Amino acid sequence: MIFIDLLQETQAAITMNKVRSGLTILGIVIGIGSVVAMVSIGQGAAKSIQSNIESMGSNLLTVMPGAQRNIGTQIRSAGGSAQSLTQEDAEAIIEEVSLIKAIAPYVSKSYQITAKGTNTNTRILGTNEAYADIKSIEMESGVFISQQQNENYSKVAVLGSTVRDDLFGEETDPTGEKIRINGIIFTIIGVTKSKGGTGFNSEDDMVYVPLYTAQRFLTGNKYLSSIYVQAQDQESMTLVEEEITNLLLVRHDITDSASADFSIMNQADLAETASSSASTFTMLLGAIAGISLIVGGIGIMNMMLTTVTERTREIGLRKAIGAKNRDISLQFLAEAITLTLIGGVIGTALGWVISILMTKFGDITTSVSTASVLLAFGVSAAIGIGFGYYPARRAASLNPIEALRYE
Amino acid sequence: MIELKNVTKVYHNGDVETRVLKGVSFAINDGEFVAIMGPSGSGKSTLMHILGCLDAPTSGQYFFKGQDIAKLSDDELADIRKNDIGFVFQSFNLLSRATVMRNVTLPLVYAGVKSDDREMRAKKALKNAGLEEARFYHLSNQLSGGQMQRVAIARALVNDPAIILADEPTGNLDTKTGEIVLGTFQRLHKEQHRTIILISHERYVAEHADRIIHIQDGLIASDERTQNQRIINNSWK
Repeated sequence: MIFIDLLQETQAAITMNKVRSGLTILGIVIGIGSVVAMVSIGQGAAKSIQSNIESMGSNLLTVMPGAQRNIGTQIRSAGGSAQSLTQEDAEAIIEEVSLIKAIAPYVSKSYQITAKGTNTNTRILGTNEAYADIKSIEMESGVFISQQQNENYSKVAVLGSTVRDDLFGEETDPTGEKIRINGIIFTIIGVTKSKGGTGFNSEDDMVYVPLYTAQRFLTGNKYLSSIYVQAQDQESMTLVEEEITNLLLVRHDITDSASADFSIMNQADLAETASSSASTFTMLLGAIAGISLIVGGIGIMNMMLTTVTERTREIGLRKAIGAKNRDISLQFLAEAITLTLIGGVIGTALGWVISILMTKFGDITTSVSTASVLLAFGVSAAIGIGFGYYPARRAASLNPIEALRYE
Repeated sequence: MIELKNVTKVYHNGDVETRVLKGVSFAINDGEFVAIMGPSGSGKSTLMHILGCLDAPTSGQYFFKGQDIAKLSDDELADIRKNDIGFVFQSFNLLSRATVMRNVTLPLVYAGVKSDDREMRAKKALKNAGLEEARFYHLSNQLSGGQMQRVAIARALVNDPAIILADEPTGNLDTKTGEIVLGTFQRLHKEQHRTIILISHERYVAEHADRIIHIQDGLIASDERTQNQRIINNSWK
């Protein structure tokens, strides 16, 4: 029996009962379709997490005061609550660590801000001119803090767009206006472009002032909340991290690195953690959708068993005219695989359309990858083989005499 | 061609043992037209299954073209059925929603005959079995009983088998169409010297063959040349 004969037999068998074949295929369509759609949501989420992390700045290391901790395993104390990093530490890093592109130490604290009768409570971030570059902050109007302003202890401020909206209203340009931070008058020199982030650390809900100004007039000490260090490239991140660790250990007189009074967070670690949780999410969604795929597979098996029973006499005849067991099982297996592959093709297309619609109308980032399409096909073929095998074996093992007598 | 030596067949159904064949021996030569006759329950169906290589004897030997069938595997038995045996059944056993042509070419599919040759061979077999050419592409469930049985005979002939094994081929047909079918067998035997084994419980049907082997209670009761053989002188219509 050659391949083309097998196809003809399969075609004849599938078209013999179109409604039943159609319903069975529908089961697989729903299964594969939901797997493709669900996985596309998961992968879309992974992508958006990834791009969010990248928007935080590339090749970034964050040196934080306080004890070493593993991401996500312990409750984090509030940023900047420990006081162990100083301006001198930051300067030492600039001088002694190689392969650094830029460094931005900062202090951060919440204050009450007032302007012309309105007021808001927001985070004040004192930093230097490199900060905008490292964190990819773009200006909507005006300019960011300069080195000059830092050295001169200038009382200037750059507003995040949310703060601008709160104090001056949307679509306004408050450059040149005055605000009071903790009672001290600052002149606005610019407004940042919205980054669209939300939550406590939104970069839109923030006021940037020169670091030295903040230390002298607001916090009143030389301690830092954190230091952002941008490595020259991805490859040098580990080396930079090591050098900073060694440098700070020496500076802080600590011999055992486990009891360090600072910690360094590597952006790559963060990305890894996030992407691993995103892939868990994808797997969870895929597994839920996979249940419907199994149900569809059982549908295939059910249909094939019915078909085998209905065609018992035919199987007996085929055996009598010389079909081997292998010919019979191949015939039924081909039928099951064809059903699932048809379902797989339609289901993949359906899942794709669903994910496009979700992106368009549901505002959910989705991403259909070649891998997930291939996976869907692989799975549908496997289901065809898996759930078609038992009925095919059963057909092949029928005794020809009994099969011919079957009523 | 065929030789049975003391063939027995015992069926076990739980603890109940049924001895269906109790030692049957006979030989059939090339080109013979033999009827195996016996009442129902005599073991003739079992005998047919063994002759058709669908079943193996419990003991004894069955030589088909000199080969001992008992020693062959399932696949080897399938090969013998494919190449050397053509079955004609009482209930035709055609694929009902397939065309006549597809039914007749089916054995060729399993025999691995190239698809170009199949139709030509099927047409030859259908003409040989006496079906009008106009019906070759009809669906088989649109045919009359007599036509269906001729399609089944064509299907049995298409591989040019060594023997044709017909199990009650007239059982589902009226007397007149039955005679046409029996006439077809006689013609195939006389003109083409085909070996035909006809199984029937009716003496009337069996008397169309040259030789009658009478089975009773799992044993051969008689084995003789047919007296008063019925010759059908029709050509098919």
